[in-house]
Amino acid sequence: MDRIKTTTLNGAEIVIRCLQEEGVEFVFGYPGGAVLYIYDELFKQDKVKHVLVRHEQGAVHAADGYSRSSLKTGVALVTSGPGVTNAVTGIATAYMDSIPMVVITGQVPTHAIGLDAFQECDTVGITRPIVKHNMLVKDVKDLASAMKKAFHIATTGRPGPVVVDIPKDVTTATCEFSYPEEISMRSYQPVRKGHAGQIKKAVQLLLEAKRPMVYTGGGVVLSNASGKLKELVQSTGFPCTNTLMGLGAYPATDKQFLGMLGMHGTYEANMAMQHCDVLLAIGARFDDRVIGNPAHFAQNPRKIIHIDIDPSSISKRVKVDVPIVGNIPDVLDEVLRNLKEGKTQDIKAWWKQIEDWRAKDCLKYDRNSKIIKPQFVLEKLYEVTKGDAFITSDVGQHQMWAAQFYKFDKPRRWINSGGLGTMGFGLPAAMGVQMANPGATVACVTGESSIQMCLQELSTCKQYRLPIKIVNLNNRYMGMVRQWQQFFHGNRYSESYMDALPDFVKLAEGYGHRGVLIDKPADVEGALKEAFSKKNELVFLDFITDQAENVYPMIPGGKGITEMILSEEL
Amino acid sequence: MSRHIISVLVENEAGALSRIAGLFSARGYNIESLTVAPTEDASMSRMTIVTTGSEDVVEQITKQLNKLIEIVKVIDLSEAEHIERELMLIKVRAGLKEREDMKRMADIFRGRIIDVSDNTYTIELTGDGAKLDAFIKSLDQGTIIETVRTGASGIGRGNRVLRV
Repeated sequence: MDRIKTTTLNGAEIVIRCLQEEGVEFVFGYPGGAVLYIYDELFKQDKVKHVLVRHEQGAVHAADGYSRSSLKTGVALVTSGPGVTNAVTGIATAYMDSIPMVVITGQVPTHAIGLDAFQECDTVGITRPIVKHNMLVKDVKDLASAMKKAFHIATTGRPGPVVVDIPKDVTTATCEFSYPEEISMRSYQPVRKGHAGQIKKAVQLLLEAKRPMVYTGGGVVLSNASGKLKELVQSTGFPCTNTLMGLGAYPATDKQFLGMLGMHGTYEANMAMQHCDVLLAIGARFDDRVIGNPAHFAQNPRKIIHIDIDPSSISKRVKVDVPIVGNIPDVLDEVLRNLKEGKTQDIKAWWKQIEDWRAKDCLKYDRNSKIIKPQFVLEKLYEVTKGDAFITSDVGQHQMWAAQFYKFDKPRRWINSGGLGTMGFGLPAAMGVQMANPGATVACVTGESSIQMCLQELSTCKQYRLPIKIVNLNNRYMGMVRQWQQFFHGNRYSESYMDALPDFVKLAEGYGHRGVLIDKPADVEGALKEAFSKKNELVFLDFITDQAENVYPMIPGGKGITEMILSEEL
Repeated sequence: MSRHIISVLVENEAGALSRIAGLFSARGYNIESLTVAPTEDASMSRMTIVTTGSEDVVEQITKQLNKLIEIVKVIDLSEAEHIERELMLIKVRAGLKEREDMKRMADIFRGRIIDVSDNTYTIELTGDGAKLDAFIKSLDQGTIIETVRTGASGIGRGNRVLRV
């Protein structure tokens, strides 16, 4: 056996060496007392670059955006106590969307743990329910293997964030360092291959289907299976819908794509979900925003095949007939191979029905409005960027409109907080996206309420010269809150109007960026073209949009998937 | 709703217990009892969790437990033949006039008196939960001073084993 060469290093050096070994390019972070030695080691090398944010939430969202828009693992580094609590929203956001990420947190020295020391908090305890795994490393000898485990766990199986909590004295203690090449854990062995018998059953159902439907979620994006999905959908001729998290997995401009489904999904996608006879669900989890009321969904008989890496996602809200646990690309390979041996049914009648639903044109809106319609801005954004931008979003109406109107043809282009629904996600996520994709066009679609939740990161954008384009749909309301209040709370707009908004143009200028106010529909396209022509500048586009516009279709909370409210235009 | 007894092998690491307890509270699952102690392999602990829930909920419980990184194996013992035992220590009043009766009751239930004072007995009793309940019920309630129960431990019958 070859002897692995070792060297004596301190804990801080080990952290940096591990990051280098993992090929980490960027660490998003904010220094503080407990991580001073780690920052000192960062300073002494130039392989791992540090991105200094303005608030720890921004660091984690940036690492998250970096991860979502690339095939790499996002890394954040924060100090103990408030550094950690500020990071919590970011960690929970990544957890809900299964984003691979490693968060390194400083901790007070081991001898001070539990004594209510300055900037102490129970990091492992606080983050436990919002991480895939977390560890407190009390001995420097365990540090390298903890780091290796963290990256391994974060990126394999159903991905997720892993927190490594490192007390300050562990960063100064020394030991022999060697980075484990591989790690094997008896308690953690994610499956890859799907069960052959189950796959045969699934294929049989697909071959017999008269009204088939393919419904896919974030899992297809995360497992890089969109190529195989496309092959499956196109070789069978089946209709396909994507969840909010799954947009881009199947090309939105293709005619077999029915648009997004769910609470604000298209009429045709939701109708097809309810009326299909065989449903193939891939890397999706039938959540409340997707199928609405499960009892209503269960009214129609259909056979459900569910492919997912996480057994706990299967039969959680909806009973399925053929569960297949496995890594999506591996399972799809087998499905495709088996499908070739048979012939699918003639589904022309089904397509005819779908086209009738599609003819409702459920996303239409008033194109002659004198006030800027948010949908119009997004359509123009799509045209001006030729559908090839990375789009991050915050949370609310603008997020839904972006999902409906920007036709994503590629995976990892649509970056949003789907599970946790975190306002403030968009801008810092865009920083991570731009870092991962230098030279690419990155736009953050946001609203005047969301953008103010992580606004401080405009300063980070300046420091790192990130030419993000901010598309602010400014309707002076928390639009989605206002919409619910209009529909379900008798037009009582309780605290959803924001008085005393800043002058966003001056604000952008104050941070050293360019700001533009647009309040006429005729100026929208020109302003977007002008902004996107500025390749080296962040431009903050403040669009003054229609205050009364609502997102349609809408399935009210607790209602069935076909119980949609459609636009008054219909 | 039915009662399930779930056995878990878990890495003997700090925080594993709170991760499991946290999972139950976060997802609103019931815990009737939970016992844990190291196994013959000191790197692993075995846990017995008694819970109640519908079949769907119990399926989710086992799946969610399996997802925890430190958990090595999970089985629902109640899916097949199994044995469960619980230990109770019960301190009862045993003055001159109760002493004989109390001794007889302990014998009937195959309990053992493990501590004696002028006016008390401490009885050790093993059995399934129902037997311990029956013993408590059969005593004059006024004579019970203190009880402590371990919660159930369970094991599969015959060749049904839970090991790595």
